[in-house]
Amino acid sequence: MPNLPALDVAAVRTQFPILERSVRGRPLVYLDSGATSQKPLCVLDAERGYYLHSNAAVHRGAHALAEEATEAYESARVTIASFVGARAQDLVFTTNATAALNLAAYAFSNATALAARGHRVDPRFVIGEGDSIVVTEMEHHANLVPWQQVCEKTGATLRWIGLSDDGRLDLRNLDSIIDQTTKVVSLSHQSNILGTINPVAQIMEAAHSVNAIGVVDACQSIPHMPVDVHDLGADLIAWSGHKMLGPTGIGFLWGSTEILNAMTPFQTGGSMIETVTLERSTFAAPPQRFEAGTQMVAQAIGTAAAVRYLESVGMVEIAAHEHALTAHALAGISQLPGVRVIGPTDTHMRGSAISFVVDGLHPHDVGQVMDAQGVAVRVGHHCAWPTCRRFSVPATTRISPYLYNTLDDIDAGLAAIAAAQEFFQVVN
Amino acid sequence: MDLEGLYQEIILDHYKHPRGKGELTSPLAEVHHVNPTCGDEITVQIATDPAGHLLVGYQGLGCSISQASASVMSELVNGNSIEVAETARAAFVDMMHAQGSGEPNEEILGDGIAFAGVAKYPARVKCALLPWMALRDAQIQANLAESEEG
Ligand SMILES: Cc1ncc(COP(=O)(O)O)c(C=O)c1O
Repeated sequence: MPNLPALDVAAVRTQFPILERSVRGRPLVYLDSGATSQKPLCVLDAERGYYLHSNAAVHRGAHALAEEATEAYESARVTIASFVGARAQDLVFTTNATAALNLAAYAFSNATALAARGHRVDPRFVIGEGDSIVVTEMEHHANLVPWQQVCEKTGATLRWIGLSDDGRLDLRNLDSIIDQTTKVVSLSHQSNILGTINPVAQIMEAAHSVNAIGVVDACQSIPHMPVDVHDLGADLIAWSGHKMLGPTGIGFLWGSTEILNAMTPFQTGGSMIETVTLERSTFAAPPQRFEAGTQMVAQAIGTAAAVRYLESVGMVEIAAHEHALTAHALAGISQLPGVRVIGPTDTHMRGSAISFVVDGLHPHDVGQVMDAQGVAVRVGHHCAWPTCRRFSVPATTRISPYLYNTLDDIDAGLAAIAAAQEFFQVVN
Repeated sequence: MDLEGLYQEIILDHYKHPRGKGELTSPLAEVHHVNPTCGDEITVQIATDPAGHLLVGYQGLGCSISQASASVMSELVNGNSIEVAETARAAFVDMMHAQGSGEPNEEILGDGIAFAGVAKYPARVKCALLPWMALRDAQIQANLAESEEG
């Protein structure tokens, strides 16, 4: 068995009491962090501490609690931004990654609608017939459906970069896909279903060469590896807090200062305005322009605590740990007859989310037997239905380990797959 | 958890040897239903014979529970009167909402009683109901059922 690198999993696990529980009479083996991660005590403590001592609405009110809450909220922004090498004023808080990607998509459809009524907007966001939006065949629905909607509303055409049989982007015809008609290129940094890590910088360069705006869905990368927003070369980057040890209810949109300034608001209402009269309003500068309504203060503070925890363990160490788990899982699956990985079968440019199909068994049944062994996995199309179609499978079973998983967890997962085959008598 | 409670032999048998699977030659209606959380799919066709009895055909792709349920549905409905089919459908739906309590009626449900254990697994209830929901929809489209009820 390979040695795990410098990450003390036992120490990490003490911070996640939920991992001690049992399910269905078996010790829990949580292999579904791609859907959502578990939360360490420091995150729970941060949220509780905030509610116990400083709870108030931020950016309004003149009392001491409101000041403390605002200070905590804005300092969380600094912590989370610097985790990805960004400046706080370029980081927008949203409710999740889906909301962040919708914010980006609506910047186009809103600007287009405003331009049609003669309002002055940045022409890069005005889109219509003859224009194209480029995604890939491995996108999560959150980075596909909003762009389909922009096309429906504006008449633009949706294009996509296809996949090779081993689950990588097929970049052979990139310059006929991203061309002078292209206004947006949006793709995931790491696929939630295939585990593939995409050459984002290269694709962003192709986008910028035709003056298109580049968007990256970093939901599955920022929690798992060191990411500096500037290295990706994107204009906008979206991700969620709950997949990186933070609470649910918060997501992030990073944007270059210049792009955020050029964008029209998404949701409108309180807190995002500059002046309001009965007839019309003007809007605050980013990031407040995109933060309408009472904000997710506890969630921001909780995510900042998660970030400090991730930094204390070390993102390089976490990535190396997951790499070892991934190698072990891929090797183990290759030894199971009748089990096939959907996605890259080696660890090159690959994260820890591993989808597979079992001959003769539907993923739902595989997942059910694994659950009976205490092993939590995700089954279904993983909100990437077109990707399933590309590989001619109705669905897959997915394991997605994280920093708190051990090689034993992977072995328990492998044994549970074999148990499913045995239960349904599909191997002999 | 006892997996055998969920995956009764009868269910596995229907899964491996589906009854009545196939297409009708001239259906009055055809519907396609999916379970969007897991991607299970079913196509149900419906027609009536000269005596007014129901004929159902189906094609499906999905987990053992959804596919076995389609097979049992075909057994309970095919060649039966609309009333008998409706009694079976209502009994099956009731059983799936009973969370494992209550005594399913074998005379009405036949092999369908094997699904009583499925009702304890909320995530799988949808799988078991998928073909029956499609059946109902097909009946409505073929004007063989009223859309208000059920
Ligand atoms: C790659 C990817 N993009 C987007 C999302 C959407 O994230 P959320 O559901 O937190 O908005 C997810 C997770 O569900 C994901 O894995």
